[in-house]
Amino acid sequence: MAESLLDIRNLTVEFDTASGPFRAVDSVDFNVAEGDVLAIVGESGSGKSVAMLAVMGLLPKTATVTADLMRFGDHDLAAMTAKERRQVIGRDITMIFQEPMSSLNPCFTVGFQLGEALKTHLGMNRAARRARAIELLEEVGIPEPEPRLSAFPHQLSGGMSQRVMIAMAIACRPKLLVADEPSTALDVTIQAQILDLLLSLQRETGMALVLITHDMGVVAETARRVVVQYAGQQVERQDVGPLFSSPHHPYTAALLAALPERATSDRLPQIPGTVPGIGDQPDGCRFNPRCTFTTDLCRQQVPPRQTSVFGEALCHYPLGKGGTAA
Amino acid sequence: MNTTVVDAQNLARHYEVSRGSFKKPVVLKALDGASFTLDIGKTLAVVGESGCGKSTLARLVTMIEPPTAGDLVIDGIDVVRAGADERRKLRAKVQIVFQNPYGSLNPRQKIGSTLEEPLKINTDMAAPARRAAAAAMLDQVGLRPEHYQRYPHMFSGGQRQRIAIARALMLNPSILVLDEPVSALDVSIQAQVLNILADLQDKMHLSYLFISHDLAVVKHVADDIMVMYLGRPVETGSAAAILETPKHPYTKALLSATPIADPAHRKERIRLEGELPSPIDPPSGCPFHPRCRYAETRCRIEVPAERASGEQNVACHGVEEGRI
Repeated sequence: MAESLLDIRNLTVEFDTASGPFRAVDSVDFNVAEGDVLAIVGESGSGKSVAMLAVMGLLPKTATVTADLMRFGDHDLAAMTAKERRQVIGRDITMIFQEPMSSLNPCFTVGFQLGEALKTHLGMNRAARRARAIELLEEVGIPEPEPRLSAFPHQLSGGMSQRVMIAMAIACRPKLLVADEPSTALDVTIQAQILDLLLSLQRETGMALVLITHDMGVVAETARRVVVQYAGQQVERQDVGPLFSSPHHPYTAALLAALPERATSDRLPQIPGTVPGIGDQPDGCRFNPRCTFTTDLCRQQVPPRQTSVFGEALCHYPLGKGGTAA
Repeated sequence: MNTTVVDAQNLARHYEVSRGSFKKPVVLKALDGASFTLDIGKTLAVVGESGCGKSTLARLVTMIEPPTAGDLVIDGIDVVRAGADERRKLRAKVQIVFQNPYGSLNPRQKIGSTLEEPLKINTDMAAPARRAAAAAMLDQVGLRPEHYQRYPHMFSGGQRQRIAIARALMLNPSILVLDEPVSALDVSIQAQVLNILADLQDKMHLSYLFISHDLAVVKHVADDIMVMYLGRPVETGSAAAILETPKHPYTKALLSATPIADPAHRKERIRLEGELPSPIDPPSGCPFHPRCRYAETRCRIEVPAERASGEQNVACHGVEEGRI
């Protein structure tokens, strides 16, 4: 197995809110190896973006981040000062976001914004920056890169803006690229182009890719390993093949069954209720009010982490294990 | 018996777009010649990417805007030539549910009064009767009676979308235009809303004009499908025909670009080069030709008309000539 690149253990993020502290991310672990493609999948409010923002150090001051271990390569992210961390972020770990239109600064040209990272992290001079920027735009498949350097973001379409964002993210040859819903705001045919681009860049450069998404279709077509998050917790961790063929956590199973493309009748099997929000986190298992297999044990006791045979599911009665509650 | 509730022929809507004080305004053809029919109790799905004219179509069918050209017959009444009074009555028959349930409900109005407002304006029902009707409708969409007194911010996205559906159904319409009704919702909530829509359709014999870009959802709900590209339908037909044997190169590309939630399923992806052209300056001839790998000279000059090909209608020179 390739060397471990990002190692996060027991990461917890709490926000101070008007109604008391809210735990958005609850003791999650990540282990990303070099050249790995990991997908974090979950619905809104599952804490999938917040967990990665915490790793990047991009959360506001109201957030309290604690972790037993936050290691990236040889760096201990938790022990670093903000200034030291900024030398790593943007160079070795980079991130792209859902809304390409609002991620670019509307006041500066594409060329300037691309050059910024090159100047800050690699100290390139003006001519070298320009040459590298053209190279990067070519790499992400933008036609006529040279005139594009002087274009402003409003002159680009959504797909083009996302390509520019990707070019910025790979500018310093990062070891890890975090893509937070990179294709959600785009049309289907453009989404396919962007995902293909990310995967081919990943293969060519050997960087690791963490893909945050809510779309099971995207997960199936891109990821190697999958983490399923629900209400701030990682409820299941599996390789992509077994996850889809034999999910072990009832939430994963229900989520897959609710997909229209997997429907077997004209009514979909639905998950009752909604994701718990601030103030209505249930006791015991977070999923127990919506789960079809709930017992008293689920309502009272926080479930244990199962072994990898059962998808490391956070569940008292993982599916496929003998003697389930069902 | 006549089963058609909406019959549109060559429906078009053009907008004039100003390009600054010294330039001539240009004509944007948001919708340019769409023909389709919608039958009682059926679902017609309109599929396409941004700028293909699907939301403009919704605005025409709901009579928010008049068409620039073409004929639109709803419930046997010719919308273009009908008088204002007749159109007013017809509007109660066609209702719409929008994509974003956060933006389509008035945050300062309680759910009860949101639901009662259509009755207040369009009928002379007394207050207690209106209240009873609103409570009955809440039950229909799976909400509880106590929700009557609450404000929109107290509801989740899925519940809000159900409220929007309830409001659309208050006047007992026969046609519901659903403009991306589930694309803002999470998967588990999406299933709830789709099931409610299916239940209501069975119970109230509603006809749905279902606008979506998500082919997985469309596959689940649609009886018929119309695929649009840059203001024109490129392929129309039964859902089974279009999803199983797509003929137009754009439909094929769209189907192959849609991610499928099955890692074992490896398919050949048809990569579409380039971006959607701007509808202000559409390509000559077939609007799809700059991105089509089968394009020939004729495609660049002549706009293809929809012609029957097997079970569906396809607007493509290549299909007509038997090249594709």
